[in-house]
Amino acid sequence: MDALDGNAIAGLLVDVFGAELTTATGVCSTCGAVRPMAELVVYNRAPGTVVRCRTCSSVLMVFVEARGVHCVDLHGLATLDR
Amino acid sequence: MSFISRGFHGRRDDNVDPKRVPPGQYVTHDFPVLSAGPTPHTPLEEWTFSIVNGQERKTWTWDELRALPSEDVTVDIHCVTRWSKLDTAWRGVSVDTLLDEVEHDSPYVLAFSDGGYTTNLPIEDVSNGKAWVAFGYDGEPLDPEHGGPARLLVPHLYFWKSAKWVRGLELRDEDEPGFWETYGYHSYGDPWREQRYAGD
Amino acid sequence: MARAAVRGRLTWQIANVADAVDETARVRTLVLDVPDWTGHAAGQHLDVRLTAEDGYRAERSYSIASAPGEPVAITVERLDDGEVSPYLTEELRAGDELELRGPIGGYFVWEPEDGGPLLLVAGGSGIAPLRAILRHRGRTGSDVPVRLLCSSRTLPDVIYRAELDEPAPGVEVVQTLTREQPAGWTGYARRVDAALIGEVAWPAGENPLALVCGPTSFVETVADDLVGLGYPAPRVKTERFGATGGR
Repeated sequence: MDALDGNAIAGLLVDVFGAELTTATGVCSTCGAVRPMAELVVYNRAPGTVVRCRTCSSVLMVFVEARGVHCVDLHGLATLDR
Repeated sequence: MSFISRGFHGRRDDNVDPKRVPPGQYVTHDFPVLSAGPTPHTPLEEWTFSIVNGQERKTWTWDELRALPSEDVTVDIHCVTRWSKLDTAWRGVSVDTLLDEVEHDSPYVLAFSDGGYTTNLPIEDVSNGKAWVAFGYDGEPLDPEHGGPARLLVPHLYFWKSAKWVRGLELRDEDEPGFWETYGYHSYGDPWREQRYAGD
Repeated sequence: MARAAVRGRLTWQIANVADAVDETARVRTLVLDVPDWTGHAAGQHLDVRLTAEDGYRAERSYSIASAPGEPVAITVERLDDGEVSPYLTEELRAGDELELRGPIGGYFVWEPEDGGPLLLVAGGSGIAPLRAILRHRGRTGSDVPVRLLCSSRTLPDVIYRAELDEPAPGVEVVQTLTREQPAGWTGYARRVDAALIGEVAWPAGENPLALVCGPTSFVETVADDLVGLGYPAPRVKTERFGATGGR
């Protein structure tokens, strides 16, 4: 089961944040790795979408859509800069 | 009135006994691989399964687990992402066999896996013949992408409760939400009552 | 690209299938008439949503294979156990409607002012966004030098083969066929590896920009190899399609 990258959640990021964010920079709160969102590791064949750090595999973001509402957990991201 | 794509059906099998299909599900003949993270590859020499009860821990090595009585079971499985697969054939050790070796009176368990995945269940739902630590699927060793070397198998609940790459159960006094439960999935997860999300 | 960044919302709309062109035995390009299309940048993608009569839905993303200014087109590879691709490549026909939204994406795009020299590396259907880039380069009259390395299983599997056989001035196309090669084949005949990339890629000293697209394992191998050749990581842009094709 191959993971994808942040390009695969470009549309989801627009839905949730109202902006194109694939070039935005994310910093992993576990290992400090800095990367554009497009280069994060995405698992979207799941009950939700899980985005992990490409360096240390920690969970950076989790998106679950339930009854039309998006639930987002970003605590694995130290910062997200446009 | 929403748009309908002419001629689109997906890969569902509509030719099944509806009494076997929980509400909102469709039957597939595939075995979709769903994952929240990379497939772990713990070598069998290092693999263990533990039941943890506070400070106490009972652990089985792979060989010890395989030496326990195991059984073949054929069950229907239901994923919260709406696919169901009927008559899936597994081989595993009943969780009762493992729990019998531990003194416990906890009402809940938290299953934990390689890679950090967790899921919570009432202890009754992994007892009395309702759950297995499964290491075989369809007559073969369980594939890593489907949770091998061993996964929890709890077919009466949505399949996210059947934790892949399971390494143990923590006995708990509280029903502490696991990974998906924390993000809004239902704490119990009965497909027949369509308990997909918290509050259902 | 600027329009997509400012827009802030992606709304579903109904497009008309204007044409369906078979590229190979398993790959088809759908040319779409999208009434409310606001334009796109080369490299962006769109989302397609299929809805069955009972409300069952499936969604997939496909790279836009045409240049800005051309009719919107997507190139779809039929996956044997796919749910959406068999519908798009076998059932859908000219005159049908298709629900989609886009354009989407801002990272895996190229504009002439991004410069080069450009190294485009395609694995299978990963060629789709790169073709959009090549066509955009041609339509804008850019003279940025390009090398395209295209990996396919066999010659009949090469997507856009006629177009790639006649590249525009300043564009070099290098093909590798990984499974089977015809008699007299003069291209590469193996999976892309570090040595192959080393022979094809622009030297790192020329400050090239690389865009790599295809299945996840292909993209990761190539990206690692390019970094190994001295390409700075920010100069290697990647888009992974997953093990077998679309997203």
